[in-house]
Amino acid sequence: MLEGLLIGLSTALSFKMLLMVVGGCLIGTFIGMLPGLGPMSIIAIMIPVAISVGDPTAALILLAGVYYGAIFGGSTSSILINAPGVAGTVATSFDGYPMARAGKAGKALTVAAIASFCGGTVGAILLMGFAPALASVALLFHSAEYFALMVVGLSAIAAFAGNGQVSKALAMTLMGLMLATIGESALFNMPRFTYGVMNLQSGIGFITLAMAMFALPEAIFLILDPSRSKSQSEQQNEIKDLRISKKEAKTIAPVIGRQSVLGFLIGVLPGAGATIASFLGYAVERNLSTKDDQKEFGNGSIKGLAAPETANNAACTGSFVPLLTLGIPGSGTTAILLGALVALNVTPGPRLMVDQPEIFWSVIVSMYIGNIVLLILNLPLIPYIAKILTVPRTYLIPFILFFTLMGVYIGQNNAVELLILIVLGILATIFRMASYPLAPLLIGFILGPMLENNFSRSVQLYDGVGFLWERPMTGALLIIAVFLVLLPSLRLWISNWKEKRKFVADGD
Amino acid sequence: MKYRFGMKSAILAMSAFCALNFSVNTMAAEPVVDSIHFLIPGGAGGGWDGTARGTGEALTKSGLVKKASYENMSGGGGGKAIGYLIENAKSNEGTLMVNSTPIVIRSLTKVFPQNFRDLTMVAGTIGDYAAFIVGKDSKYKTFNDVITNFKANPRKIAIGGGSVPGGMDHLVAAMAFEAAGEDPTKVKYIAYDAGGKAMAALLSGEVAVVSTGLSEAIALADAGEVRILATTASERVPAAPNAKTLKEQGVNAEFVNWRGFFAAPNLPDAKRKQYISALEAMYATPEWETVRARNGWVNIYNAGDDFTAFLEKQEKIIGDLMRKLGFL
Repeated sequence: MLEGLLIGLSTALSFKMLLMVVGGCLIGTFIGMLPGLGPMSIIAIMIPVAISVGDPTAALILLAGVYYGAIFGGSTSSILINAPGVAGTVATSFDGYPMARAGKAGKALTVAAIASFCGGTVGAILLMGFAPALASVALLFHSAEYFALMVVGLSAIAAFAGNGQVSKALAMTLMGLMLATIGESALFNMPRFTYGVMNLQSGIGFITLAMAMFALPEAIFLILDPSRSKSQSEQQNEIKDLRISKKEAKTIAPVIGRQSVLGFLIGVLPGAGATIASFLGYAVERNLSTKDDQKEFGNGSIKGLAAPETANNAACTGSFVPLLTLGIPGSGTTAILLGALVALNVTPGPRLMVDQPEIFWSVIVSMYIGNIVLLILNLPLIPYIAKILTVPRTYLIPFILFFTLMGVYIGQNNAVELLILIVLGILATIFRMASYPLAPLLIGFILGPMLENNFSRSVQLYDGVGFLWERPMTGALLIIAVFLVLLPSLRLWISNWKEKRKFVADGD
Repeated sequence: MKYRFGMKSAILAMSAFCALNFSVNTMAAEPVVDSIHFLIPGGAGGGWDGTARGTGEALTKSGLVKKASYENMSGGGGGKAIGYLIENAKSNEGTLMVNSTPIVIRSLTKVFPQNFRDLTMVAGTIGDYAAFIVGKDSKYKTFNDVITNFKANPRKIAIGGGSVPGGMDHLVAAMAFEAAGEDPTKVKYIAYDAGGKAMAALLSGEVAVVSTGLSEAIALADAGEVRILATTASERVPAAPNAKTLKEQGVNAEFVNWRGFFAAPNLPDAKRKQYISALEAMYATPEWETVRARNGWVNIYNAGDDFTAFLEKQEKIIGDLMRKLGFL
């Protein structure tokens, strides 16, 4: 392994290669900030440039840089304007945006940068050490297990049901699941619930719904409620309050440690990926924290921001495992990367490590370098990026609206998406006024198709629901899901019981 | 079906980029058509997008066409662009719409109200055959091994694919089993939402066989993870000389997933001929060879009335099969 690492280092550390990483990271970060352009589209845009570079190693290093930059840039729009451009950064906005609103935008971005860095770096170490072994573990997962994993992911909604809003959160989740059934699905020949409207045939786009649920209501609320825009002193605060205190670092360190590993493992599974990893990370960390900390989740908890950010970056690295060792793309982004590899005459698969070790190792080394470069590039930039929020609201609102509308239009070139956005956005604003949480709706929408497809595939394969008890791993995952949902009540019960004991003891 | 070309969208996007960059033409040949406006019924980066932009690139760079422009019009699984072309036929004589096998399947299932006959059929330009693959350690050595096991217990063999039930991968599997004398409705087809996911299911042992496109199958077979049991080509394909066709194994079934171009209804015959001769001349140019090789496309050319006959035949085969399977 050491030998391989040296081959990788010697190729990746030349001036040209470093230029590629730095350039890729910069391009990725800036384009990635635009909602609507996720890592997948940015890589697709950059592939011709990479191929014209000629040398496959350099091309891959450039693309890896773009990939990391895009992931990092994506969380920026989630945090600053509540506009998650990719599903993987939805969970980032749960606590990142409240932090930014509370005048801690700089800190939120710093936490995100550090969490991303750690997730990516730990992921790269795990990838280097265990890729072949993990690939065979990933193949133990069948549709039944993916179904169970999605159920575990859905338990993340428990995180929003904490403040006596269980029924509201459940209702919103159901609504999200229902919205996900609109249009053509992967398992049915005919479109469903389109009511003859042709533009609904491809279903509601993720970006359209995300913008409608998060960014648009935010802009409307900014207009309706002028007090939401901050005073001068708070604006100053945003730029100054960049550093993380020692106490905060101590709080997030275990979160980052756990989520780097968990996120990576989930990313390795070809059917799961960064989105599930981020929701799971959020749910797990919320359940693990103390009761006081739990109240913070959703209101600007630093843990709630670090968890999904670490997990989604680690998962992105994890998704390289099936790509590099089996030649299977586990996500849309790795599918595009596979296309690029094939165009460069590189065949990913078990033989890549043997036949073209310099490519395998330089990809790994470029992951380390990419992560380090991103951190170095972005930390000094954060005060300037955070300054976006200090723009007076008369300019900020049109800015948010512009990016929201553009993000929705840009992918599909379809103006009807804008109408859908506005209708859903108004609905979302009404929901928010009635204090219904919107995140569960989006979680339901994202997980719905995966839940449904894996469930029906398993029913088909087992001619019934036998897989629920015939496959031990499915059963185990479902039990974990039940446990995660019940944990808050369980905790309450235990603490009540302890109180009682104490009282009895005192009474003695 | 929209995912079938997903793995290659990267390369397709590349051709899109090149088409933008090199619109300055080199005037190598006499221009046959002044300008073509390509209408793409899907978003940027998809299979249709790559085909239109790649073709446009070869046509303009070789000088066969002076100018090419592109418009993405997604919506309704491609139906929106078809409707647009029909409604605005008069002003769209300079427009070519790219499309592929799904136009046949989707007009049969009435996903959109129109039919390929409502348009002027110009030419099918490229295509891909289908293939059946198994994991490298699979007990199945030939397609007939699969059939023998299927006879014993049809519920025991799960066949995966990257398209919906009633979509291309399913239809190809049903077609092959029917040609082998089995009941196509008994085929246990498991749909995945992308070719890559079906492949993961094959390697994990969830499904025994995967029905997919040949070019995707060749890439995986080269990586050593899978074996190609059979292709749906009429004879062996040069890119995979060891992959036997279904016909060689005594199963009389053929299938081509084509991509090609349509024009507005009632296009003047002279204009249609111009388009056809431009596309025909394109095959001999080195510019086309570059684009084709970069994307791994197979030249399967069908122009004018041959194209019409081909589509009608494909519609009949697919329609009969879908009726038998209960999708119509």
